[in-house]
Amino acid sequence: MGEYGAVDAHGAAGEPGAVGAGNDAHMPGAMDAGYDTHVRDTVGAGSVAAVAEALRAYRLIVAMWVRSTMAYRASFVLTALGNFAATALDFVTIVLMFSHITTLGGFTLPEVAFLYGTTSTAFGAADLLLGSMDRLGRRVRDGTLDTLLLRPVPVLVQVAADRFALRRFGRILQGALVLAWSLARVDVAWTPAKVLLVPLMLVGGTAIFGAVFVCGAAFQFRAGDASELQNSVTYGGNTMLQYPPGVFARELVRGVTFVVPLAFVNWLPALHILGRPDPVGLPGWVAFCSPLVALLCCAVAGAAWRAGLRSYRSTGS
Amino acid sequence: MERAGDAAGTEHAPDSAAEPVIELEGVAKVFDVRHRAGRGLRRERREVRAVDGLTFTVPRGEVVGYIGPNGAGKSTTIKMLTGILNPSAGRIRICGIDPTRERTRLARRIGVVFGQRTTLWWDLPLRDSYELVRRMYRIGTARYEANLARCVELLDLSALLDVPVRQLSLGQRMRGDIAAALLHDPEVLYLDEPTIGLDVISKSRVRDFLRTVNAERSTTVLLTTHDLTDIETLCRRVMVIDHGRLMYDGGLAGLHAVGESERTLVADFAHELAPVTVEGARFVRAEGPRQWLAFPAAASAAPLVAALAARYPLVDLSVREPAIEDVIARMYGQPG
Repeated sequence: MGEYGAVDAHGAAGEPGAVGAGNDAHMPGAMDAGYDTHVRDTVGAGSVAAVAEALRAYRLIVAMWVRSTMAYRASFVLTALGNFAATALDFVTIVLMFSHITTLGGFTLPEVAFLYGTTSTAFGAADLLLGSMDRLGRRVRDGTLDTLLLRPVPVLVQVAADRFALRRFGRILQGALVLAWSLARVDVAWTPAKVLLVPLMLVGGTAIFGAVFVCGAAFQFRAGDASELQNSVTYGGNTMLQYPPGVFARELVRGVTFVVPLAFVNWLPALHILGRPDPVGLPGWVAFCSPLVALLCCAVAGAAWRAGLRSYRSTGS
Repeated sequence: MERAGDAAGTEHAPDSAAEPVIELEGVAKVFDVRHRAGRGLRRERREVRAVDGLTFTVPRGEVVGYIGPNGAGKSTTIKMLTGILNPSAGRIRICGIDPTRERTRLARRIGVVFGQRTTLWWDLPLRDSYELVRRMYRIGTARYEANLARCVELLDLSALLDVPVRQLSLGQRMRGDIAAALLHDPEVLYLDEPTIGLDVISKSRVRDFLRTVNAERSTTVLLTTHDLTDIETLCRRVMVIDHGRLMYDGGLAGLHAVGESERTLVADFAHELAPVTVEGARFVRAEGPRQWLAFPAAASAAPLVAALAARYPLVDLSVREPAIEDVIARMYGQPG
């Protein structure tokens, strides 16, 4: 079901010659913020200058890729549309399901759309910013990682920005459209706290997905090729989050909350916004922990990345 | 930069007071190699000492040939000197910087060229790659343009600037890579097999360029190669490494002495002769009126020629220098 879009997106991400173009003037702030937390953590030492330097390098590399593929505008438009359509099929599946039922696990269509829209947008943003991370395994195997270690720029930045593909913007756009539609239709008594929670979910979600990407990449330093494992966590996790928690077994839900904190991406905050009881029974304030969990995830990802790089530099493979 | 113009100059003996740019002290690199032992799932771990206690220094402006058979530890050394790999033991300083702890700071002061793989961006035209290098290294516009213009001129890159790297031939790509490694005026240049797979013209262009750069900027160069013409034309000092240890460190001439190499005298006589006998040389082979005689590389050819001319109807002769391949092969070939 939801796998269609996921598989397609992955295939496109891994496609070497794929081109995307457009201009980088419309990068949403949420994406910058998500990236920021990553780099801050990875560069470590809390040095503001180092973060600024890393961000500058990221922008340089991204700008170059965007510029260099501008020549293929038509190709960009087509691949971006393809990306958009493929991910849209995900949601079409859900809509079709609702033509036979009125609620799914007690959730109405706009509510499911809300879950779907927030996750898809956050995931899309992380995928746009750090989607090239799963190429690390190949770089380790063919030795091209060595050349990245020769440049005066953090390796993480170079890996993340490599072959930056603006066409992945299609997924964000699709997620944002679904989210906008759901916000207009969902039956919620909006309070300032609930309104604030929506952008928090997006930023926190982007950071958490990004942290998972980085962790998966860090693992590839050792495992050689863990991108399949990484995708089972991210793309699989992404699909699961697009359905209400009640659909899945209680144990699985618990596992997702604690093992892979992806639930903070949207389940807990969304349940709070929609005024639903939480199946695991966590206290209400947990809904607002998304940014904290995101920071924690980034810290773990940063540590994992540093450990991976250290191990690479001591073994050479 | 402090050193006067012709650092690569005509004399050997590098200024002993010159500051060392590359310093190694007891550097070792041990890899843990795992492989399946016989049948079953049991895996054996084996320690491989790729580099085993290297100690040497290279003063500013020197061009050093770093040679040895495959698997001797040449690439591992270069990777440690650039900060790609951390040494298992010992101390490394490049321009006073510890590559392990300050890799990115060191990166601004060194240039690296791997013959086997490019450091350029595969899908981008050379010009874009260079532009990105300029920004990454924060090279001032004036300096960048001067350096680029110089590289384009000397390496004949003008027609290639707009071609994506993946469409370049090996020789073109190598020239492009060398230019990229020099745009930020590195103090040290590491070249790992820079002429591998190149045609004769590309090779000589690359060598000329490296000589010019060394002479103009006193760039310190460490060069690994299998092509000993590279060494003969570029390096006054040669280091030979095998099994991770330094076997020889000195001038090219000394290498011949150590390797007991021989020069060859090719003599053309007026007519076919029985193998000639001359003191200080040994007969190698004959082909019609032409005969090959070997004599120690350190000995002079003059008395030999005089003796030959006195005793035999000598028509023409030439002296062939030993190939360093043979010299090194002999060094390694010797038992023990």
